[in-house]
Amino acid sequence: MKSSLSTGRHDEPVTHWDDYPLRDSMWQIKINYKHMKKQQDENHIFPEQYELFEKKIAGSPITRRSFFKRMGAGIASYLVVSDILAGPIAKSFTREAAEDTIGAWIHVNGEGRITCYTGKVEVGQNIRTSLAQVVAEELFVKVEDIQFIMGDTLLTPYDRGTFGSLTTPQMAPKLRKAAASVRELLKATAAKEWNTSSTSLQLEQGIVFHPSNGKRLSYAQLANGKKLAQRVNEDVQVVPVEDWKIAGTSVPKVNGKFYITGSHKYVSDLKLPDMQYGKVLRPPYLGAKLTSLDTSDAEKVQGVRVVKDGDFVGVTAPDSTTAKMALAMINAEWERKKQPSRKQLFSHLKENANKQPDKKPNVEEAFANGAKKVTSAFHVDYIAHTPLEPRAGLAEWKNGELNVWTGTQRPFGVQEELEKEFGLAKDKIRVRMPDTGSGYGGKHTGEAGIEAAKLAKAIGKPVKVNWTREEEFMWAYCRPAGLIEVRGALDANGKLAAWEMFNYNSGGAGIESPYDVPAKHQQFISSDTPLRQGSYRALASTANVFAIESVMNDLASEQGKDPMEFRMEHLSDERLRRVLKDTASKFGWEKEKRSDRGFGLACGFVKGGYVATCAEVYVDPETKEVKVLKLVTGFECGAILNPRHLKSQVLGCVLQGLGGALFEAVDFDNGQILNAAFSSYRVPRFKDIPETEVLLINRPDLPPAGAGEAPIIGVAPAIRNAIQDVTGERINKLPLVPSGKIRA
Amino acid sequence: MKINVNGKSHTINVSANPTLLEVLREQLELTGTKYGCGEAACGACRVMMDGTAVPACITPAVSAQGKDITTIEGLEKNGKLHPVQEAFLEEDVFQCAYCASGMIVSAVALLERNASPSREEIIEAMNGNICRCCTYPQIMAAIEKAKTSKA
Repeated sequence: MKSSLSTGRHDEPVTHWDDYPLRDSMWQIKINYKHMKKQQDENHIFPEQYELFEKKIAGSPITRRSFFKRMGAGIASYLVVSDILAGPIAKSFTREAAEDTIGAWIHVNGEGRITCYTGKVEVGQNIRTSLAQVVAEELFVKVEDIQFIMGDTLLTPYDRGTFGSLTTPQMAPKLRKAAASVRELLKATAAKEWNTSSTSLQLEQGIVFHPSNGKRLSYAQLANGKKLAQRVNEDVQVVPVEDWKIAGTSVPKVNGKFYITGSHKYVSDLKLPDMQYGKVLRPPYLGAKLTSLDTSDAEKVQGVRVVKDGDFVGVTAPDSTTAKMALAMINAEWERKKQPSRKQLFSHLKENANKQPDKKPNVEEAFANGAKKVTSAFHVDYIAHTPLEPRAGLAEWKNGELNVWTGTQRPFGVQEELEKEFGLAKDKIRVRMPDTGSGYGGKHTGEAGIEAAKLAKAIGKPVKVNWTREEEFMWAYCRPAGLIEVRGALDANGKLAAWEMFNYNSGGAGIESPYDVPAKHQQFISSDTPLRQGSYRALASTANVFAIESVMNDLASEQGKDPMEFRMEHLSDERLRRVLKDTASKFGWEKEKRSDRGFGLACGFVKGGYVATCAEVYVDPETKEVKVLKLVTGFECGAILNPRHLKSQVLGCVLQGLGGALFEAVDFDNGQILNAAFSSYRVPRFKDIPETEVLLINRPDLPPAGAGEAPIIGVAPAIRNAIQDVTGERINKLPLVPSGKIRA
Repeated sequence: MKINVNGKSHTINVSANPTLLEVLREQLELTGTKYGCGEAACGACRVMMDGTAVPACITPAVSAQGKDITTIEGLEKNGKLHPVQEAFLEEDVFQCAYCASGMIVSAVALLERNASPSREEIIEAMNGNICRCCTYPQIMAAIEKAKTSKA
């Protein structure tokens, strides 16, 4: 059956997923919610805050036995989950999941169509392109010949979510082996047919051929009528990096034309027959309780339905104009709950810490004996992701089954949320994620999808809920705010002797200083967060590296030492040394500068990415206005899969990071968000963009890592240190200059 | 009420006083034009009205009467991409691409007004368009390319 979705005029694969003859009974997923809840409570962490700790994860519904029932005949190679995950995560997973639980697969059908299935999703990282490159390389076909089905709880294997820069290091090398395994299966099938050895066979553009006798068989001919599925061969020979023709090149964004013609359908664009537009009544303040409600005026509007379920109140209408109007006609009163405001934020985080910082005697002693010391406290504000596409969800109930389309980085997580919300078995819930209007860690949850499902259930028609920008600011979650206290001391020779760092609330990733120091202690301490918080592009490491690199700068400055030289004296990690050295040299660290300009640098590594940033700033001597003139970023994340898209990710990270570094902050007062609009919450625009340079260091000898997060971490400290260089001011807060000027 | 969009006349219902954006997306199913902020602060909803890029999210549909509206869907003519679209495609500009329609419409309006804008003029004209993925340098490069290919 064709999809009932209004698909537009293009032939984008995402709209044809309903074509697959599916449904089986292999859907048995057990989640231990009680256990998850307990772990979260113990760690005082919000469910979406993955960087802070790995929680228990659910099993996959797809098994080897159900394979061809789903896919139709063909030749396939699959990965089981423990092939993809490593270490303690895999252990905790495989305890719950069956041995043969599949984590991804590649399938060649009887028409020669190559389809890859992964639960990862596309939110602008362009992994639909980079993963296809990897597979195309191994199968000797074009990127256009590969179709990727992503983030569909019915069609794709279970995946915990697309976050943590894990797609490239975990999925890419495994898909590469899976593709190579399929290739070997195709060759073996041809060899059998021709009664020859498969090592003598070669491939080109979807064909296996015998170089001496001229025999040829297409992938379609080979796969037709077969039911051949093998687990990925870990020892399979992959195409050596030096022979790459597709991987490692700048293949343009897959389906790029759909985006520049406006024909790609984001969730907010989808439409079903008889679909209604839904709006949800929100309190004016966070945490407010509904005390009185009068919906009578709204109910009188033609076509409007009002849905009430406890504190959940929503309306639906045949068009969004009417829905918006009906919502405004509801008279509601709310009881406001007293809660901390931004003014008290940092004292609140410290006073409500879930434990006291541990003191280490050796660090205390080394600090007491230090010749020069720096003690600093850093304040990091909440910031908002503000993905340009606000949360959107479309839901339809059909014969007791629920279909939800929503833009989320965790379709399987949303499926679990829906299971909990409606007490419905997972095999009755299908969540789909069309390529979405960005996330940056901000879309790990499924609010709009759940709201749409509630409304759709109540009125018996499909409902779409598109959040407004204001809702996105008020009711999504923020990057955590943090208080970071650092002490560092130098010995009489100017060498680092003591290092102590406590991070309250903003997370533990990147807290480990990369510098050599004999006595050190670092600790993340969770606290009570006034605002709802969650993941964000390198949320914790941005804060931690800001503090580390600021104190390193100030320790160098205390002894009148060049900050570059001071870092190199304490850095043993070869990859970080190289990226720092090369970046500084590209920037021209040694060059002369004007008296009203400052240079600053910062470096660090997180999630397999090594980064250094050099900044040049101008500070007006009269007005103290700060202008970032130039940012040079060096980045190394192993072998490069797609240079252009990698450069784009690095630049995107750096420029988005400019916002959090200079001016972004969520302002709030007793439960009210004071700047819930683009006119009052400033994000980087064309005018803010300095001269930028990106230096990509390719390491074909190392496995590739992700790039969507690490390049952001050096931006804020490099600018902060450049301001210090020219003015002597040590600004220990993010954002650095919300008004554009250094406060007098 | 009648409205001219992409060279065609359409009859629309304006009884609830919808915005131009709501009419385009819901009544005409031209969903290439996006909602981003609802206050003309992000540029995602820009369409051309008599050649000027305007924010459809705060434009009442009734005010479009008698005007020529061009949306992203109307730039491609006889299966041939507009040169600005061509340039954006060649430069492989986007990440999530949700801002793409508004960016391209703004750029087309700029180049129709000023065939050879300076870098400063491009920045000035585009500053109302937000790309949260921050592909700004690539967008600048695409506009520079479109400018050159037109010249």
